[in-house]
Amino acid sequence: MKEFAYFPGCSLEKMASSYHMSAMETTKQLGVKLNELDDWNCCGATTYFYIDELLAYTLCARNLAIAEKTGLDVVAPCSACYKNMFFTVAHLKKDADLAEHVNFALEEDNLHFSGNVNVKHLIEVFAQDIGPDELKRKVTKPLEGMRVAPYYGCQIVRPQKEKEDVEQPQFFEEMLTAIGATPVNYPLKMRCCGGSLIISSRTAALTMVRNLLQSAVDAQATVIATACPMCQVNLEVYQQQVNLEFGTNFSVPVMYFTQLVGLALGISNKKLGIGKEFVAMAPTPLPVQKTWD
Amino acid sequence: MTDTITFGQEVSNLLHAAEGEPLKTCIQCGTCSGTCPVAGYMDNSPRQIIALINLGKKDQVLESNTFWYCASCYYCTVRCPQEINITELMYALKRYSIWKSRYKEGLIGPTFSEAFVKMIVRGGRSFEPILATSYIFSFNTREFVQEIQGATELLLKGRLPVLPARIKRLENFRRMIGRIIPMGGLE
Repeated sequence: MKEFAYFPGCSLEKMASSYHMSAMETTKQLGVKLNELDDWNCCGATTYFYIDELLAYTLCARNLAIAEKTGLDVVAPCSACYKNMFFTVAHLKKDADLAEHVNFALEEDNLHFSGNVNVKHLIEVFAQDIGPDELKRKVTKPLEGMRVAPYYGCQIVRPQKEKEDVEQPQFFEEMLTAIGATPVNYPLKMRCCGGSLIISSRTAALTMVRNLLQSAVDAQATVIATACPMCQVNLEVYQQQVNLEFGTNFSVPVMYFTQLVGLALGISNKKLGIGKEFVAMAPTPLPVQKTWD
Repeated sequence: MTDTITFGQEVSNLLHAAEGEPLKTCIQCGTCSGTCPVAGYMDNSPRQIIALINLGKKDQVLESNTFWYCASCYYCTVRCPQEINITELMYALKRYSIWKSRYKEGLIGPTFSEAFVKMIVRGGRSFEPILATSYIFSFNTREFVQEIQGATELLLKGRLPVLPARIKRLENFRRMIGRIIPMGGLE
């Protein structure tokens, strides 16, 4: 059984509790154990970096130091948490002076970070550690006929870490195919949801959300799959405001990829937190009689 | 040798781990502006901001809404042929503008981010209802009503916390932050 230190992040406590529930249920069924970090703090989203860089690195490093003590790689389901933690490790490894300053502050909580932690996004656990083949083997209720827009968003794939494909990645599509769904060609799959601009520059963000919804509708997707609580909230909770602002009539469900995987694994709606949405997904069609090989 | 530094050098000093002056390598190709999903809402496009910095137009840069409209999506950064970390530049300009207390009037970004950091210093985790008070009164009536409706529905669906979450070792946490920034300014 694979085991990870799990950093849920603030959104998953309430706003995106269905992401947390479905992440726990699906990983359990797929033989992956997620151990929640003890006493973790907020990763800082994008805002700490607006105020003070050293503070931003220190707050991420506290979580990383707690994870390091477990000896496990750390997994974050939120793209912002993931990006912040990933690049904090990278910067602290390269910059001894920065690491010294950060560790001086960490002493106050009896912690020290040496840089020996790998950071992964939850979707990477599904795409790499579990993999589409294994996923396909575990599927009991393939999502036949479900047309899904694979929405990558920004901070899973950007900034670039090594030489990975930052323009046309395919791992999300492969995962959707493995659970029997049909990934649609979603031209805006790499575009930003607006993030915190939904608060600070509302009109700009609502326009970005509108474009993303329109692109999904044009691709005849019946649901958008996301891997980030910010994206989910902007695309779904603010969908009504997009409709009011632009006179549109969008009604596109936006689900966490873990919820779709969970459905394909035969996990109940309740356990996957389905029912907390603003835009409900059409009931899953009755399983078509078919031999699954 | 001169003992005054240019605005361009000042900005370069704020770019983490940057060597020299990366902005000087900009070829003004406009790939960043063409890629940016928010460029249409910015006073100056990302390409123009870089040009203005290189020309030393400090006032014009600080009066621009550009960096406060950056959503940190890093699309420009992965596409820049000169490998300039433009998103990092936008972060640096935000910090610079907060540090100098000089930003365009009517922006929500600066007060929102300060409120966010204060909230984390207080409890260690995010708590949306407190955060909302930092921006909701800047909204117009229509936006205000929509935001309240959205929040109410979130609450009914069990998606908003009623009580703030706090970390356990909060005292240690606050002393840790005290080693980075003077707490007086954030209380």
